[in-house]
Amino acid sequence: MSDTDTESGALARLQDDPTSRKRFLRMVGGAGATGALGLLIAACGGGDRMTPAATSTGGATTAGAAASAAARKSDLAIVNYALTLEYLEADFYERAVMSGQIKDRAVADLAKRIAETERSHVEALKATAKSLGGTPAAMPTTKFDDVIAGGPTKILQTAAVVENLGAAAYLGQAGRIKSKEILAAALSIHSVEARHAAALNRLVGHGFKSSAPLEGSIPDGAFAKAMTMEQVLAQVKPFIAS
Amino acid sequence: MAKATPLAIPELAAVEVHGMSRGAFLARGALATGALLGGSAVGPFVRRAVAQETGGDVDILNFALTLEYIEAAFYSRAISKGRNMSGETMRLVREIRDNETAHVDAITQTINRLGGMPVPAPKVGFGDVFTSEKAFLKLAQTLEDTGVSAYNGAAPSIRSGDVLAAAGSIVQVEARHAALIRLMRGQTPAPAAFDPALDQHKVLDAVMPFARA
Repeated sequence: MSDTDTESGALARLQDDPTSRKRFLRMVGGAGATGALGLLIAACGGGDRMTPAATSTGGATTAGAAASAAARKSDLAIVNYALTLEYLEADFYERAVMSGQIKDRAVADLAKRIAETERSHVEALKATAKSLGGTPAAMPTTKFDDVIAGGPTKILQTAAVVENLGAAAYLGQAGRIKSKEILAAALSIHSVEARHAAALNRLVGHGFKSSAPLEGSIPDGAFAKAMTMEQVLAQVKPFIAS
Repeated sequence: MAKATPLAIPELAAVEVHGMSRGAFLARGALATGALLGGSAVGPFVRRAVAQETGGDVDILNFALTLEYIEAAFYSRAISKGRNMSGETMRLVREIRDNETAHVDAITQTINRLGGMPVPAPKVGFGDVFTSEKAFLKLAQTLEDTGVSAYNGAAPSIRSGDVLAAAGSIVQVEARHAALIRLMRGQTPAPAAFDPALDQHKVLDAVMPFARA
């Protein structure tokens, strides 16, 4: 309810201003489908966070250009890592929704909504990989059959684990991202994964805190814990066939 | 602004933040942005505002500290003044209050460590929201959503890797608070696929008159 109010209020205001309106509509058009992150980055403009911009023609020194190329390569690896995790999430929710196992209407609606969100993240990260001059990671072959067959409780518990992993994974990379724009975009996904994680942990009946890692809706207390690539990949391995 | 436009988030306009510090100024601006244009505009507002800062990480941290002070005061007051709140709500409120207080302490220590001067706690007012659980949760959701958007807006301008990691670790907890409160209100925990969704260059112009008031 209040979401709709908020959006319509902002929209009413923006309609008075042709430039803002154009930008707003472009964002809304992109957010649901493809390239939202690419648009976000394009809209933000600006240079790299730690390295000189590589785009200037002729002015860049060899060392500066090399540093920029290395920064782009490093960011591309992080983007493709995030993309792989988002592929897993998107595929998982798609299968969970299609299985019809979740009978609770509100929970099924939430799963459907999260599925759409994860698909948006996939499209955005693919566009970002391309904008860095790279090739987006291929979609992995997943192994979720046992989880799906395990019924609604198993499905939601797995969803909670995967979302908490996702949040910890983004947090683990935030300090390593070189481009300010990609960092801004990653943060905008990070907090969404955290929202999913908290909600799902609550829905499966975990308390605020838990002695088990990745459980509890606010599992680490006031300060969320990050995970490295190695830690995350070890945890998602059971869900990847190839 | 030729004609009066309905506020996007009217309850934010009821939050008062007093004080002359830069942090209090930015916090007023962020809240006014949320009230006028909705939570999704807060991140871009803060991002533009802090991009113009010359004080670096300390200024950004003082802004975050002000927001955390506001949140900590909000939940502390809910505990002392709250009426007719359910046990479930109070359990969540105590947990969040503890988190916000820990954020205040951690940010204060970080500013000290960087050789900066932490801003004092602002004087704040929240109207009469504590008399109704419904009104309280509504403002809580708005404050948490605003906090997420503000951190996401400020974080990319942070220079120190350690400070950035700390901010990330805090914003994740704020996002969890937001989702839990939304869940309690029967709202979707994540209203958008990307938390700050709008890049709105007009935000600053629109907000300045309110931020100075």
